[in-house]
Amino acid sequence: MTDPLPSDQPFDAEPPGLPGFHAWRGVYLFVFGWFVLVVILLAVFGRIFS
Amino acid sequence: MNVADWLVFLGTLGGIAAYGSWRTRQIRSLNTYLKGRRSTGWGTIGLSVMATQASAITFLSIPGQGFESGIGFVQNYFGLPLALIIVSGVFLPMYRQFGVFTAYEFLGRRFDWKTRLLGAGLFLLQRGFSAGVTIYAPAIILSTMLGWRLDLIIVFIGFLVIVYTVTGGSEAVSLTQKWQFAVIFVGMVAAFIVLLLELPADVGFDDALHVAGALGKLQAVDTSIDPSRRYTLWTGLLGGLFLALSYFGTDQSQVQRYLGGDSLRESRLGLMFNALLKIPMQFLILLLGALLFVFYQFEHPPLFFNQPEWQRHAQGPAGDAFSTLEKRYVVAVGDSEKAIRVWLQTRTSQNPAIEPIARTTMLEANREAAAVRFEAKAALLAVDPRAKTKDSDYVFITFILAKLPHGLIGLLIAVIFAAALNSLAAELSALSTTTMIDFWRYLRPLAAADELRNVQMARWFTALWGFAGITFALLAGFAENLIEAVNIVGSIFYGVVLGIFLVAFFLRRVGGSAVFFAAVAAQSLVITMFLSLNIGYLWYNLIGCAACIAFSMLLQTVLGPCAPADPGRAA
Repeated sequence: MTDPLPSDQPFDAEPPGLPGFHAWRGVYLFVFGWFVLVVILLAVFGRIFS
Repeated sequence: MNVADWLVFLGTLGGIAAYGSWRTRQIRSLNTYLKGRRSTGWGTIGLSVMATQASAITFLSIPGQGFESGIGFVQNYFGLPLALIIVSGVFLPMYRQFGVFTAYEFLGRRFDWKTRLLGAGLFLLQRGFSAGVTIYAPAIILSTMLGWRLDLIIVFIGFLVIVYTVTGGSEAVSLTQKWQFAVIFVGMVAAFIVLLLELPADVGFDDALHVAGALGKLQAVDTSIDPSRRYTLWTGLLGGLFLALSYFGTDQSQVQRYLGGDSLRESRLGLMFNALLKIPMQFLILLLGALLFVFYQFEHPPLFFNQPEWQRHAQGPAGDAFSTLEKRYVVAVGDSEKAIRVWLQTRTSQNPAIEPIARTTMLEANREAAAVRFEAKAALLAVDPRAKTKDSDYVFITFILAKLPHGLIGLLIAVIFAAALNSLAAELSALSTTTMIDFWRYLRPLAAADELRNVQMARWFTALWGFAGITFALLAGFAENLIEAVNIVGSIFYGVVLGIFLVAFFLRRVGGSAVFFAAVAAQSLVITMFLSLNIGYLWYNLIGCAACIAFSMLLQTVLGPCAPADPGRAA
């Protein structure tokens, strides 16, 4: 290998800077939750109008 | 198109291109030319990522997909938010920490020069071809419907992109994408509103949704595990995740979009912006298609939406048979409309027992109309086996030209062109960057010190790739199966490239030689399978990736602990 993979801890520590979110893990969970909600809403939408 | 349409069309496209060129004319730094300004914020990055993915064919074909098959296609995008979370959490920090211009430069840092050149070469091969298709695919539809010369449309799109992409590089791409996407947004919202206004006075939005749903156009989520079904929740989650990870994580045309910007935060927020909005956006475009389907239940639709193709054959020896089909279709559509109106009345009537009967009658009438359309396509094929029978791409443009007021027609044509420009500009910029960084600067390391010469060379590479794209698009007209060939070539190479990157990120004990020879072996396997087996080409994405990872682990075990390569060459 040319360069070993650097530890991403210090670089990755940059906060998201969004109200209510102190770490990126929270942002990802929010996005994942939104995705699940969208899929559920789409399923409900299809059921209502079928 | 009248004068107002032309003014809107040329003013919008020319204005944005001129603005992009003018704002970025002073760029003298290679870093800014290839990555954009450091001050680029997450909003610009997010729109740029979205605009790069949404090509012109997105705005022509996806409403047609909603019209023909309903909104189930939205499931194809279910893997995208998950892939973007992985790219944001794993791929992006690595790219930024190494300070690379291209994803393949990262491979050089992580492995060695030969793996880097392999990844970059595969990208240039597949993306170089697809740049031609990005121009050709919408050009052929617009040429057919508007009666414009195909070669002139191709040259117009190509030159317009070359002007501002050569001038301002990645900075101009992001800047123009932002404004072009604003045009796309305004145009699509306007088309949606006009469509709702064009519905019959006694059919409201709620009625239209119920009609679309009853006729099977609104099943968004299909949990079936039947492998013969093309779009299900599971294919969307698994296949969609895989494809999106390849595209967003390893394709330089996307990587370059989010590597610009001041910080990791801006890039990540740009990706999360897409993760949040992409599925709702695709849903709305598909819903537009489903509502177009409802609209054409009340408005006499053409039997075949690619009317120039239909008329060409209808005036030939089989004209009588075509005429009979048209007459039958008028009757079938009339019966279907009556049945739909009866069903809508029974929905609100006090007698719920008659609703199922009316629904069955409506479904049967609709099936009859669909059967005549099917017969029409068979008749086309009978007189010309090479006839293009897929007319769903022509549904939205037919509606635009027939129903939108002048001015808005120009805006919607500008939307389609703007989408083509967005994707093509990002592709040209990525091709130029990869050629510059992974080949030119690598093979001529002494030239790296001359910043102005580097910028000049990058401009030349952008122009050369632009002309290559135009040439390929012009040639595609003579060999239309090239479009499918490009998709097949993409699938053959995409999987192996993703495999290399997954090894780079997750298998830290595997070194350059192991992954390089594993990639070559995996690629050979995929090509051999492609030549000898008859399986769907999308499967080669998975096979190539899995083979590359498995061979890498095996080879590294055989080779033993990896030795460090020459750092100077790989940097």
